[in-house]
Amino acid sequence: MLKDITIGQYFPGESIIHRLDPRFKIVITLIYIVMLFTGGTPLCLCIGALYTFIAIALSGVPLKMFWRSVRPLLPFLVITAVINLMLVRSGDVLWSWKAIKITEDGLNISAFMIVRISLLVMGTSILTYTTSPVTLTDAIERLLSPLKKLHFPVHELAMMMTIALRFIPTLIEETDKIISAQKARGAEIDTGSFMTRAKSLVSILVPLFVSAFRRADELATAMECRCYHGGEGRTRLRQLKSAPRDYIALLYTIGFLAAVIWFK
Amino acid sequence: MKNIIEIEKLHFSYPAEEGKEAAEVLKGISLSIREGEFVAVLGHNGSGKSTLAKHINAILLPTEGRVTVDGIDTADEDRLFDLRQRAGMVFQNPDNQIVSSVVEEDVAFALENLGVPYEEMRRRVDDALKAVGMYEYRLHSPSQLSGGQKQRIAIAGIIAMQPKCIILDEPTAMLDPQGRREVLATVQRMNREQGITVVLITHYMDEAAQCDRVVVIDKGSVLMDGTPREVFSQVERIKAIGLDVPQATELAHELRKAGIELPEDILTAEECADAIEALFTKKGSN
Amino acid sequence: MAILETQELTYTYSRGTPFEKTAVDHVSLSINEGEIIGVMGHTGSGKSTLIQHFNGLLQPTSGKVLLDGRDIWENKRKIRDVRFQVGLVFQYPEYQIFEETVFRDIAFGPKNMGLDEAEIKRRVLETANDIGLPEELMEHSPFELSGGQKRRVAIAGVMAMEPKVLILDEPTAGLDPAGRDLILEHIRAYHRRTKNTILIVSHSMEDIAAFADRILVMNRGSVFCFDRTDKVFSRAEEIAGIGLDVPQVTKVFMELKRRGMDFGGEAYTVDCAKELILRRIRERNGSAPC
Repeated sequence: MLKDITIGQYFPGESIIHRLDPRFKIVITLIYIVMLFTGGTPLCLCIGALYTFIAIALSGVPLKMFWRSVRPLLPFLVITAVINLMLVRSGDVLWSWKAIKITEDGLNISAFMIVRISLLVMGTSILTYTTSPVTLTDAIERLLSPLKKLHFPVHELAMMMTIALRFIPTLIEETDKIISAQKARGAEIDTGSFMTRAKSLVSILVPLFVSAFRRADELATAMECRCYHGGEGRTRLRQLKSAPRDYIALLYTIGFLAAVIWFK
Repeated sequence: MKNIIEIEKLHFSYPAEEGKEAAEVLKGISLSIREGEFVAVLGHNGSGKSTLAKHINAILLPTEGRVTVDGIDTADEDRLFDLRQRAGMVFQNPDNQIVSSVVEEDVAFALENLGVPYEEMRRRVDDALKAVGMYEYRLHSPSQLSGGQKQRIAIAGIIAMQPKCIILDEPTAMLDPQGRREVLATVQRMNREQGITVVLITHYMDEAAQCDRVVVIDKGSVLMDGTPREVFSQVERIKAIGLDVPQATELAHELRKAGIELPEDILTAEECADAIEALFTKKGSN
Repeated sequence: MAILETQELTYTYSRGTPFEKTAVDHVSLSINEGEIIGVMGHTGSGKSTLIQHFNGLLQPTSGKVLLDGRDIWENKRKIRDVRFQVGLVFQYPEYQIFEETVFRDIAFGPKNMGLDEAEIKRRVLETANDIGLPEELMEHSPFELSGGQKRRVAIAGVMAMEPKVLILDEPTAGLDPAGRDLILEHIRAYHRRTKNTILIVSHSMEDIAAFADRILVMNRGSVFCFDRTDKVFSRAEEIAGIGLDVPQVTKVFMELKRRGMDFGGEAYTVDCAKELILRRIRERNGSAPC
């Protein structure tokens, strides 16, 4: 059932990584991405891997969760790796058959890419696993707040995300209900030919949209009743305070970046 | 006690659709509600009761007439937030009025909008959550809560504004009996302990029977206005406009029609049992 | 004759996870052809899970559901046919409406059954009549109708499949008293015409007391009691004890009983309460030595 899908992959916990200021976590994640893509040597990648696994260990999130985040990307990774293998023509030829030539460079580049993307996914997953979506939204809003001066709708975007997060479970539940109701009228949703299924989809999407619009309308009124008038002059219940550990984590990450640049 | 809500000759029509005549939904309603009162507004679907409610905190503005809350005219745009702070509104569908995925942040929503400083906001949010008995759920996600609990969160979100009155538009219509009891008890406590004026729009007679005053709206006008006893004793009139009376009242009414002498203003099961018992013991002693 | 039966029906949600919960626990019951059954129970009592087994929307974790004596899961591919024979109207069914006209929305189920045009038309018009939707509404958009009318369109959509068993989950939820009485009256009209079995799930005992032959009360995933309506009401005290609302007249009689006055019957509607009291008064007057 749809209900079993987990949205926002937050993995509640009390680890040091969970407790870091989310703003710092976002900045650190950005530095981490730079770190992975700066270094071009195997040693650089090893430093990146070391950093990733230390962070995973500190987060207290089970390793299999990270495997789960990489797994859906595997087909994509394999296909790109194969294409790289085929197309890179430089370097010593290791094996050839008719027009296909596999070279040492090709092998290196493919392996490099697989490791790099896997690390990237695992590392960024640490952010989403240890930070609740609401906190994340909040941190993004605050990090982007300087852009307000350029009339970039930071608050509006954040509010949209907040509401989306709030309504995802509601709409999933609603979709489940509508599917059951149409099935009870004989709609073929998980059986039947492609065409009958496509037709059945209409019977689910129309009610879902109607209801989403109704909800949006009612929510807008309810927000107005609670004096909502955009981001101006708003105060916040959620206070983000940075602690020394946040600066230490930042310096630690910059240290790794420096090492990668050094060994480039 | 002074009047907190004053409605004077209120008329309202929705803007006419093309080719159609504008239908008048409210036809000259005058009503004053005293501070601290607990008023039920009864009426069937389409009677105009929800439209009336929406006038109290300026979601709708009168086509004609005037509505004031605590001296503030709802048409006064400059004082809109003042007004909405004084008259909070709770709606029927608990899901469609909760903004945040964290309970306490939702309760804080209005205060954030009003720019209340952090220390005070924290205190008011905690107090509001405690007042509705949901403090231990403050870090939960609303999607994990029952309908009755969500509705209590919505009430807490209003209480946090420290309003003078709360208008509840059929807050229990979508709830199960357990949720209905929770919500009603919460509202009654707010009224009793904090002296907040309550306007409860409902079509549940048992809820109306527990209020101080019942106003019956039909076809956009006030049809009856009085204590629950005064209103529900007019069984035939209430039934004629498609509403119910409490079963105890109806039973007494039916028996009276069959020639049995019973008081007219029976409201609760207890009173009805008393009257029937008296009927037999009195006859028995004769 | 039994039309619908369950044998040791058990259903467990999210098996093998920390959220595992047995919603229906070894339920065995039997429903006869043509009966009107009221189903009660508070939220989480398992009643909604139970009824979703009757038309095969949920498959039992263990145990069986028999329709006309045959296991509905005997042939998995035939489960869709079961849904045509056991019609299920969900709570707030108006939110499933999607077609452009009332006619087409009611016709959705019959069309899925593969019926021919003439038969579909007959069924749509007949059920529309049962449920009190005038023919001139048939070509209107269902989204323009009032809340109560939408609800009736959605109910008609299931009735038009002419299921042997019609199950309605809280058909009166959120309606005002007039709307509630109207829907219940039309459901009765449908029953008079078709004589089909009906199950009505409701929180409100007042709604079902007046016309259910038998009442099934669910509590914590098990059958709390399943008996004739008057017998169930003779246990009103226990039913109130598991957190269900009993009608106010029943409360009056419970109170009178507590004070030592027994009227020799169960009062679950205003009418029967009135009869009981008038009878007692007549008896007294008749036997009283004047």
